[in-house]
Amino acid sequence: MTLSPAAATSEASPRAGGSATRNPRKAGSRWTSRTVVHVLLVLASLYAVLPLIWLVTSATKSVGDFSTTSAFEFGEWNLGANLGALFTQENGVFLAWIRNSLLYAGLGAVLGSLICAGCGYAIAKLDFPGRRALFAATLAGVLVPTTALALPLYLLATQLHVVGTFWAVFIPLLTNPFGVYLARVYADAAVPGEILEAARTDGAGELRTFFTIALPMMRPGLVTIFLFQFVGIWNNFFLPLVMLTDPKLFPMSLGLYQWSTRVTQFPQYSPLVITGSLLAVVPLVVAFVLLHRQWRSGLAAGSVK
Amino acid sequence: MTVLTPERATSTPAPAGRAGAPVRGRRGRSRAGLVLAAPFAILLTVTVLVPVLYALYLSLFTDRLSGLGFSGPRQAFIALGNYADVLTDSAFHASLVNVALFVLIHIPIMLGMALGLALLIDSAVVRLKRLWSLSVFLPYAVPTVITGLIWVYLYTPNSGLAGLLPFDPLGKSGILPSIVNIATWQWVGYNMIIFYTALQAVPRDVLEAARADGAGGIRTAWSIKVPMIRPTMFVALVFTVIGSLQLFTEPLVLRGFTGSVTSTWSPSLYVYEAAFIAGDYGRAAAASVLLALVSALLSALVMRLSARRSR
Repeated sequence: MTLSPAAATSEASPRAGGSATRNPRKAGSRWTSRTVVHVLLVLASLYAVLPLIWLVTSATKSVGDFSTTSAFEFGEWNLGANLGALFTQENGVFLAWIRNSLLYAGLGAVLGSLICAGCGYAIAKLDFPGRRALFAATLAGVLVPTTALALPLYLLATQLHVVGTFWAVFIPLLTNPFGVYLARVYADAAVPGEILEAARTDGAGELRTFFTIALPMMRPGLVTIFLFQFVGIWNNFFLPLVMLTDPKLFPMSLGLYQWSTRVTQFPQYSPLVITGSLLAVVPLVVAFVLLHRQWRSGLAAGSVK
Repeated sequence: MTVLTPERATSTPAPAGRAGAPVRGRRGRSRAGLVLAAPFAILLTVTVLVPVLYALYLSLFTDRLSGLGFSGPRQAFIALGNYADVLTDSAFHASLVNVALFVLIHIPIMLGMALGLALLIDSAVVRLKRLWSLSVFLPYAVPTVITGLIWVYLYTPNSGLAGLLPFDPLGKSGILPSIVNIATWQWVGYNMIIFYTALQAVPRDVLEAARADGAGGIRTAWSIKVPMIRPTMFVALVFTVIGSLQLFTEPLVLRGFTGSVTSTWSPSLYVYEAAFIAGDYGRAAAASVLLALVSALLSALVMRLSARRSR
């Protein structure tokens, strides 16, 4: 196992790892290896979490304290003032960014995961002309790098006169080929053919069967698709950067990026960028922690193939 | 749902009179399939297939001033001229070298750490598995722009972290390891969860048998668990390769804080610069196509490797 620069600065891990492999059979070796394993896990967790703790401590500091106190130490409590400045900067544009992020990601992920569910279910359970071609195109779509699509999408949006609007960002981000692939897996695994047959014999229409029977059965998988598409859209940056010029339409990531480019000249933007970043991170962290049972089981079902 | 009627109308064969009940069932299924698949099929066409073809088309043209230049620029067909321009551009070469180094350093470190941590958490002796896996996973939930911002602050000289390092993380030679660290921090936990999930599907009786034969934890991990999750590892490798080649946000964010990142530092930045700063759509499209091509070739290569291994 290779350690990252940050984790490598602590010397504990290589030394401890060596002692465990040298004498694995001695008495108490189980205790030693348990300690070693836990030390490694604590180091990895610190590597992952310390930058987030830095974000929290820094969001509470004033511009002055930010440059004079060390990274993980609390200065004078200034979170309230920072939040106040954040929400009044440029006539409260940050509030619009929160609303936009919620719209792009929330609406996009709800619609996107329903579209994925429909298509994945159709590919798994219904025979229709072009089914194989569509699945092949979907798999190819997973592999197309999105940065290669940004320029042609921008030019197409220009010709359709939607560049610089909500739709230029919203529509392309609905497309989630990997979600369709996952939905197909979930439909295969979670919706038994006999139940569909029974519904058909009872005279239920195909669409009705999908919405009232299959969709609820696919729910745990759909939560996973929803959550990961939500994160994908929430975190997306290239497309809004290319498509949008009006700050009122920016999602949080683009707005904070724009403010960050002013920091070297105007240090007073630092607390805005940092406090704003904290607000952009908190909802996702909370969602992943609260929903972890659902998305973990969804990933498990998806990875079994 | 109303948008999909045109597609349905064109792709369903014209109804040829009323048929019997079983045929009607099959036709109903086929029609429902089209209805349910149409929204995604339209999205895929409009936002992926058409743009890909459009990029191919654009890459064959350039803007030329016509005649005396009175009527503004006009598109001129220059076949592979843009490709030649891109492939002989030293800035493009430099961006390729940067991303190649990034891929070669980032992928082994990141996937190695992810696999190692997944095996550790999966090992029998570990307590609080949920705590470890969740905390290592959290950086995945942080938007890449913010990941970049957090680390760039930690890299600045007065943060305390920069002083511990033997090099300047924002200097010319330190910038690559700095970007590798940012991407690694973001992606280790995600891949660890994928591997850990796959590890839990390894049949427990196989592991019991290995233990009964006297295999220790490390040996079981290396010769039983790792081979069994190899397909998952190859999928993760493909996604990581595709994602790494697109490296864009991290260098762009760092660029606001240090002059060490040039405006064409990675191929994606090169495309961005060519398209939206230089306004040379033909050259940008050619670079996009090359990027997509390299990414397709590399993923095909990885999949071939994985197919050979599992045979």
